[in-house]
Amino acid sequence: MAEYNSLQRSQSISKPPTAGDMLANRAFRVLTLVFTWSIVLLLAYILYKIGGRAIPAVKEYGLGMLVGTTWDVNARTFGILPEIWGTLYSSLLALILGGFFGVSIAIFLTQNFLPRILETILRSIIELLAAIPSVVYGLWGIFVLIPIIRPVADFFNTHFSWIPFFSTSLSGPGMFPAALVLSIMILPTVAAISQDAFRAIPHKITEAAYGMGTTRWEAILRVMLPTAAGGIFGALVLGLGRALGETMALAMLVGNSNQISLSVFAPANTLAALLALNFPEAGDTEISVLMFAACVLLLITLLVNMLGALIINKTGIKR
Amino acid sequence: MSEQASQKNEFHLPNLERQPFEPRALQSIILSTLTFCMAIIACIPLFSVLIMLLYRGGKRITFEVFYALPSTAFDVGGGFGNAIVGTLFMVGIASLISVPFGILAAIYLAELAPESKIATVASFCAKVLSGLPSILAGVFAYAAVVLLMGSYSAWAGGIALAILMVPTVMLTAEEAIKMVPQPMKEAAAGMGCTPAQAMLKIILPVAVPGIITGVVLAVARAAGETAPLLFTALFSDYWLRPNEPTASLAVLIYNYSGMPFPNQIELAWAASLVLVLLVFILNLISRAIGRRKTV
Amino acid sequence: MEATATETTAETSIEAVAQATATGTADLDPEAITLDCQAEKIFYGDFLAVRDSHVPIARNQITGFIGPSGCGKSTVLKSINRMNDLIPGFRFMGKVYFHGMDIYDKKVDPVAVRRNIGMVFQQPNPFSMSIYENVAFGLRLNRFKGNMDEKVEKALRGAALWDEVKDKLKNNGLSLSGGQQQRLCIARAIATEPRVLLMDEPCSALDPIATRQIEELMVQLKERFTVAIVTHNMQQAMRVADQTAFFAVDISRGGRTGYLVEMGATKELFANPQEQLTKDYLHGEFS
Repeated sequence: MAEYNSLQRSQSISKPPTAGDMLANRAFRVLTLVFTWSIVLLLAYILYKIGGRAIPAVKEYGLGMLVGTTWDVNARTFGILPEIWGTLYSSLLALILGGFFGVSIAIFLTQNFLPRILETILRSIIELLAAIPSVVYGLWGIFVLIPIIRPVADFFNTHFSWIPFFSTSLSGPGMFPAALVLSIMILPTVAAISQDAFRAIPHKITEAAYGMGTTRWEAILRVMLPTAAGGIFGALVLGLGRALGETMALAMLVGNSNQISLSVFAPANTLAALLALNFPEAGDTEISVLMFAACVLLLITLLVNMLGALIINKTGIKR
Repeated sequence: MSEQASQKNEFHLPNLERQPFEPRALQSIILSTLTFCMAIIACIPLFSVLIMLLYRGGKRITFEVFYALPSTAFDVGGGFGNAIVGTLFMVGIASLISVPFGILAAIYLAELAPESKIATVASFCAKVLSGLPSILAGVFAYAAVVLLMGSYSAWAGGIALAILMVPTVMLTAEEAIKMVPQPMKEAAAGMGCTPAQAMLKIILPVAVPGIITGVVLAVARAAGETAPLLFTALFSDYWLRPNEPTASLAVLIYNYSGMPFPNQIELAWAASLVLVLLVFILNLISRAIGRRKTV
Repeated sequence: MEATATETTAETSIEAVAQATATGTADLDPEAITLDCQAEKIFYGDFLAVRDSHVPIARNQITGFIGPSGCGKSTVLKSINRMNDLIPGFRFMGKVYFHGMDIYDKKVDPVAVRRNIGMVFQQPNPFSMSIYENVAFGLRLNRFKGNMDEKVEKALRGAALWDEVKDKLKNNGLSLSGGQQQRLCIARAIATEPRVLLMDEPCSALDPIATRQIEELMVQLKERFTVAIVTHNMQQAMRVADQTAFFAVDISRGGRTGYLVEMGATKELFANPQEQLTKDYLHGEFS
């Protein structure tokens, strides 16, 4: 008791937090919690809004829109199969090209091929590729890329037209220039995540590989690539996710033609480009159909992105 | 001594010399050359874009383009002052919405209750949103704002951009807050700070460079976005009026790129140059801040 | 230093003769030296890591490298199969004669060196593939065209691991315990029958039981291979090594440079060290 009193008398500066401090703390906590909830609600609201607007179209035209191939506002016929096909085809082509380059560049940047300084420069260049707005790529595609690849496309069309991929000629915009630009746009994503996957390989594994007497490429092909395979696969899936949702480069380069063709030189259309082109002048019914197309696009990208995130999580790479 | 030993060696001597024409040596040379070429090829688009921008855009850049309004179809001259203002305004709105939103949510996720159920769900939602195709942000803003207001507007455009910025800001801010050393957090708690005080006085100041890096990157991305603005802000030939259709650099480039008039196409290139410079400068700023980051 | 080096070499030679006669694998003294590492200076960038270390390694014997941490024993070991080439800034001045050929000669391919001088590392580092594929890795690398199963079994038996894994060869190598992983790494290293096996503190990450198993294995291995082992554990060196090289750190010139103090037959070195430094170290270690 005496001790307690003396403590009281020693005039300590320490006090319990004031009521104001406690209140501020509570308020702060609630505020942050509200915004945390908001992000969940925002996503739910986005799904609700787009989904809700699509329902009238589904009621009127049914899910047959998914397999219909004509889009005619006057005849009130809406089919988005060509767009779905175009979305998948262009993304897949872009993934093959961009993925191949992206993974190669990741190898080039992580396996000591270059002195440090050149490595940094090359990495910055690849990162800057991602910084250029897609509409600028579209502009570049129209005025630079298409004129350059037209002779090449003509050559393939005249000499190899028996191969379905080259069965038509390139008359300006088309699948190939669109996929090419798309591959440039996903290359940085694939390269960056693949680099992380390569860097996540423990040094002792590298040491073990070289210790067995592998050349650099034997180490890469037999040990590094299999070890990083999970992360690289995740990188490719996320790259695919980016390609599926990309709009401008495709709206400007793909040719906006509702047809399904294997030929890479034929014009085509994608879901995102369909939205970009038809939305501003659409009437009510058309809007609802477009919302349905948006739903389909949302579903595809959600699935692909979640798959990618899951794979990356599994491999334990820090992003 | 060992040289003598080698002469009388009874073992078969392994061949240790380099053999440049062995399959694995050839494989190395071929694959190395191939990857080297691929790296070079991958650099071509960037340089080609930059050179074309400087060449075609640089020709058309005058002082006039920064303050003049777009000219009519067959006219020469004109500029895109209104588009610059529109882009800045809409990115500004988007930042005002998304930065507090993202940072406050990140604080909860990273520090206040990282293990809670809502934190797991919210962080999953943020990842899903970060993969949302940008055009869908536009579709949403159209359904939620344009139809409600009955008109295309700068507000709708800003909100569409904000939806794209929120996950980026949030995820990078969360990362930055988590990077603050644990002992520092413990010291703050040990001094008797309430969690709010610890966050505002100790943790946030340390995490600020990381947060700014994320914000600047998000701004750079938003400035170049076209798809979400196409049918939310639309386009306009007049100066900014926030309740009406609003011009932006990105949409101007898209619209003019399809026009048959040389003057408009030149303006599209000039606008591209301005836009890319803006985006690159923002990227450089974010890198500079990111590099200065000490924790 | 020069004097010491010559002296130890002479000693080694005598010991080697004795050993060789005893085991009957080699007849004459100089031939018994499979590897002759003459490291004059080893640099990492500007940093002088090791100087004046001449370590002859005799065939079918275990040569132990001991010394305080930072004394360069691992650096010297890793220089013997040119693993250090992977470290930027690494420079080796001196010679390493492997069957009379200097492996630091310009004509020599470091990859070929590593295929003939196998290595087991501090941390068990099996590849993320099946146990079978781990062992077969080196065989495939060398485009081995014979009976793969037989070779894999032989290597696993050689590493005293066969009985434990023969029923689960398809399992991932990482699913094994630490000690088993390390023996798997030894199996992987010996599958291609290299001339020499280098071991860099192979037991430092293992528990005492696993350590004992690896030690017993090493003694068996020396019948077929020449073994050099770095260890921070004095008793381990006493138990397994035929020859022991003692390294120390020289801080007199500002840096922390490792060098060879003395080398000799293990029993001789421990019972009767020639250098004061060795005496102090052994004494300090045992008291």
